[in-house]
Amino acid sequence: MDILILLILVPVLTVLAISISRTKEQIRMSAAVGMGIQLVQATYLVFAYLAERKNGNVDDMLFVRSWEWFKSFNIQFSIGVDGISVSLIALTAIVIFTGVLTSWKVDNLSKEFFISLIVLTTGVFGFFISLDLFSMFLFFELAVIPMYLLIGIWGSGPKEYAAMKLTLMLMGASAVLLLGILGLYVNSAAAPGGLMTFNIIDISRLNIPMEVQRIFFPLLFVGFGVLGALFPFHTWSPDGHSSAPTAVSMLHAGVLMKMGGYGCLRVAMYLMPGAANEMGWIFIVLTSISVVYGAFGAIVQKDLKYINAYSSVSHCGLVLFAILMSDKISANGAVLQMISHGLMTALFFALIGMIYERTHTRDIRFMGGLMKVIPFLGVAYMIAGLASLGLPGLSGFVAEMNVFVGAFQHSDTFHRIATIVVCSSIVITAVYILRVVATLLLGPIKNNDFNLIKDAVWFERATVIILIFAIAGIGMAPLWLSDFISRSLDPIILKLSMIK
Amino acid sequence: MENFGYIVIVPFILLISFILIGLAGGRFKPSLSGIAGTFSVFVTTVISYITAFSYFSGAGLVNGVYQKIIPYNTEWLRFTDKLVINMGILLDPISVMMLVVISTVSLMVHIYSLGYMKGDSGYSRYFSFLSLFTFSMIGLVISTNIFETYIFWELVGVSSYLLIGHYYQKPSAVAASKKAFVVTRFADLGFLIGILILSNITGTFDYSILTDPNGPAIAQGSTIAFMGLSVMTWALILVFMGCAGKSAMFPLHIWLPDAMEGPTPVSALIHAATMVVAGVYLVARLFPLYALSAPAALHFIGYVGAFTSLFAAIIACTQTDIKRVLAFSTISQIGLMMLALGVSDYGGEKGLGYMSSMFHLFNHAMFKALLFLCAGSVIHAVHSNEMNGMGGLRKFMPVTHITFLVACLAIAGIPPFSGFFSKDEILVAAFEKDFVLFIVSMIIAGLTAFYMFRLYFSIFWNKNNEYKDSPHESPSSMAVPLMFLAFASLITGFIPFSKLVTADGAGFETHIHWGIAVPAVVIALAGILTAMALYKKESGLPQRITASLGSLYRLIYKKFYIDEIYLFITKKIIFNGISAPVAWFDRKVVDNTMNGIAAVTNFISVKIKSFQSGQLQQYAYVMVSGMIIIILFALYLWNK
Repeated sequence: MDILILLILVPVLTVLAISISRTKEQIRMSAAVGMGIQLVQATYLVFAYLAERKNGNVDDMLFVRSWEWFKSFNIQFSIGVDGISVSLIALTAIVIFTGVLTSWKVDNLSKEFFISLIVLTTGVFGFFISLDLFSMFLFFELAVIPMYLLIGIWGSGPKEYAAMKLTLMLMGASAVLLLGILGLYVNSAAAPGGLMTFNIIDISRLNIPMEVQRIFFPLLFVGFGVLGALFPFHTWSPDGHSSAPTAVSMLHAGVLMKMGGYGCLRVAMYLMPGAANEMGWIFIVLTSISVVYGAFGAIVQKDLKYINAYSSVSHCGLVLFAILMSDKISANGAVLQMISHGLMTALFFALIGMIYERTHTRDIRFMGGLMKVIPFLGVAYMIAGLASLGLPGLSGFVAEMNVFVGAFQHSDTFHRIATIVVCSSIVITAVYILRVVATLLLGPIKNNDFNLIKDAVWFERATVIILIFAIAGIGMAPLWLSDFISRSLDPIILKLSMIK
Repeated sequence: MENFGYIVIVPFILLISFILIGLAGGRFKPSLSGIAGTFSVFVTTVISYITAFSYFSGAGLVNGVYQKIIPYNTEWLRFTDKLVINMGILLDPISVMMLVVISTVSLMVHIYSLGYMKGDSGYSRYFSFLSLFTFSMIGLVISTNIFETYIFWELVGVSSYLLIGHYYQKPSAVAASKKAFVVTRFADLGFLIGILILSNITGTFDYSILTDPNGPAIAQGSTIAFMGLSVMTWALILVFMGCAGKSAMFPLHIWLPDAMEGPTPVSALIHAATMVVAGVYLVARLFPLYALSAPAALHFIGYVGAFTSLFAAIIACTQTDIKRVLAFSTISQIGLMMLALGVSDYGGEKGLGYMSSMFHLFNHAMFKALLFLCAGSVIHAVHSNEMNGMGGLRKFMPVTHITFLVACLAIAGIPPFSGFFSKDEILVAAFEKDFVLFIVSMIIAGLTAFYMFRLYFSIFWNKNNEYKDSPHESPSSMAVPLMFLAFASLITGFIPFSKLVTADGAGFETHIHWGIAVPAVVIALAGILTAMALYKKESGLPQRITASLGSLYRLIYKKFYIDEIYLFITKKIIFNGISAPVAWFDRKVVDNTMNGIAAVTNFISVKIKSFQSGQLQQYAYVMVSGMIIIILFALYLWNK
């Protein structure tokens, strides 16, 4: 059977398996096995993709399949992948597998929890393999809606408020997106030689008229940008992340926010390059603000999850910034940053969840000296922090350097100043990361109760080791991943540079 | 030419040692970690010595010029066809010299630490990080391109962070490590932007193209101007900002004195001999670029170095913590090296400043590491850093006493100790190029002799303190490195550096310029005698002098309040002035706007709830009018 179909089918079957499971043990085992298979499949997909390329297949998209859906509207269900989506699928598979592992001890309504979690993942996988805006949008919704339940039921703190806020903002974004997608659909007929179509590949061959692009580019960019924490539409992120249960935070920051970046690149920029070049500067300003503002915002936070949420605003802002540079190196950096941020933020949220379970607080003012009592988690937290501040040898550095070098290829003052502003985030990031590492892990132990807490157990260790392995692997040998992605960027960059 | 492929072993063995000790260190006997780390550095040292010997004895020589040899180079990350980050090994006189310096000092520090760190709970962690540091530092000096340097530059930064914070339960150590990292990170931002601009002008990261005196980088360098200086000059000044951060040049020096919170052997290795001279090394690495296409930047470096050197020497005269005196002395000596680079030209004997800077770097590494290790030995014995609480230790610690004296004589520039030779060359170079800098370096020479002997007499002579448990000489694992380094400080001055390490690879003849050397030695002796008069015997004289200086003394003692200024900038401006308002703005303005939109939506929905009244007539009315509107709209579209 087709590998891409299996990528959606396996989560669906996992959901079925969970729904007929009786004991907690069965539920979590079926979730873990299902997502384990998914991880194997994603790995297989990576190698199948490489093999296909090695055999000289130079198509933009591989494993393309298409089925008629609504014939009268020319809607198909078409799927296919390139280097960008394959790498993001691999990221998703890693994050969901580790997410299931960290949720090993979810006792409250665990059946419903795992079902929602895996339905959400199905949406993400579907989103990344879709070549059709219609099915892409459906999968997008499928990923967003379970989020409401997951935060509202299994969350902490003001969870109803956070769940409502997050869902409403993302729903607002999807309304805008739907408008943009329909606009593209209707106007694909207006382009010379065009038919009304939702198919991304078909639309990319057309030249959508400029006046149409001017209306729909901002809609689509903002629509996806909300999910990618574009300033000023990022405020769902701190509240949502801080209330969400651990696995959901991991998935949300690790994967869902990447759907925003992916959508901006694949849909907004690729299909409407004219407007992207013309109006990009507005969003360059906004994303530069995101990067610096998020980092400054993180400096004074007291809740570990808030720190990370603001840090995500900063790092995902860098993704959108890099995409807007419409340069191949920085676009490569954008994809690398998505993967790198996905991994390290999943690690961060997993660790925060584990620490919270032990200390019952996330407020760093009450913590200190944890390195002594939980060295494994402490060291892992430090590694995540170092990856986040862009230490060479870990994945963040590679991504950031691609973005900076790429952005600096523009020789005009505007782009250069924006790049320098964005570069300055490496210092601010160092400040907040070292601050939290110092207050949380180092120094004397502040609370005597902390002397009794125990270090990580097996499933926690497994989560942490998998994620660190991936982060360090990319950081030490970045060339293969960078090559893997960069070839698939050619059609997008070509289209963007043709307009200039 | 010989192929130096075997050097690849060096980074690998150190990296493996780091990972192995880091992962497995806790599970075995701690002493095993120490032995493993020391062994890997021992192998490194042997290979470095073999390399240096074969390189300088002719394998690197072609037509009387030392060549750049690249035995190994592999692609690590590719941006474009020309902008490639390679991981490679570059051998030329300065990198080979640095190999010797790093491996020697690192080996001595490893051996010393076997004794010094005994019983420490973080013994394995300590040796694992030492391996990481040595790996990164060697990677830094053998880099083939500027981006590779940047990568290792960051790695030495983080190893320094980890080692300063070795006693991580001590708040002051945590704060110091944080400060060191953030200050150097800030400087590295300049370095990074400098690299970006530089690569944009020249289209390459590669040193062999960047620093080729006849190459395209230097030929096309200074065409575009920005604010009166060429873009190349700006780029190189930004790169120097990174150097200033690592090498603790004013005003980025503030992290180094605090970094003394780390274990003393770490201070000897990282904050005296190797990492802090990375900035000097990088300027030397890019020297053709500085000298030929941005002389203004080089001039700037010379003056920054001179100012820092003088500034730090003055502060060193007032400090009482022995490690802090040494820290300021380090800053001062590195400033002197920068000064020497600043007064140098490229090519032949005009490159005297360059050669003297490297010479001084080499000698300084040996005697400064020795000073720190002696200080560690003293601290080990009396359990205090404060020199006011010491005195008369020469009777208890003869080895430490003699080796410390040797180091002091070396740094003060008394012949025949090593410092004399390199300092003489620096003075000659300054004298020929810039008289102001020459005078400054003479003053520094006097101050150096004074504060070093102030330290020496206060520790080993002065009053005979009553110690709780009488201090004793350190174990042999600590004494042997001291003796080795003292021996090195005695002989390294006689190495014919001008024949080996020069700006363009071609050797030249130098001899001692007695016209300058004699006054310099006289000034140094004057400094020593003053210190002897004040501190050899216990007297109230020093107190009276400081009292008469009053607020000026306080100003210097408080290090010119630079730390307070920084504290103001970080606490008041960054935290309270930017971050807190940003966080407030985000919660109160941006977020409330979003909530406001939701509230408005809610409000409207409550208002229009009345539409769903259940009255059939009203529904019919709305439906019909809606249909009419749709039909009209459709007709309009139809006609269009």
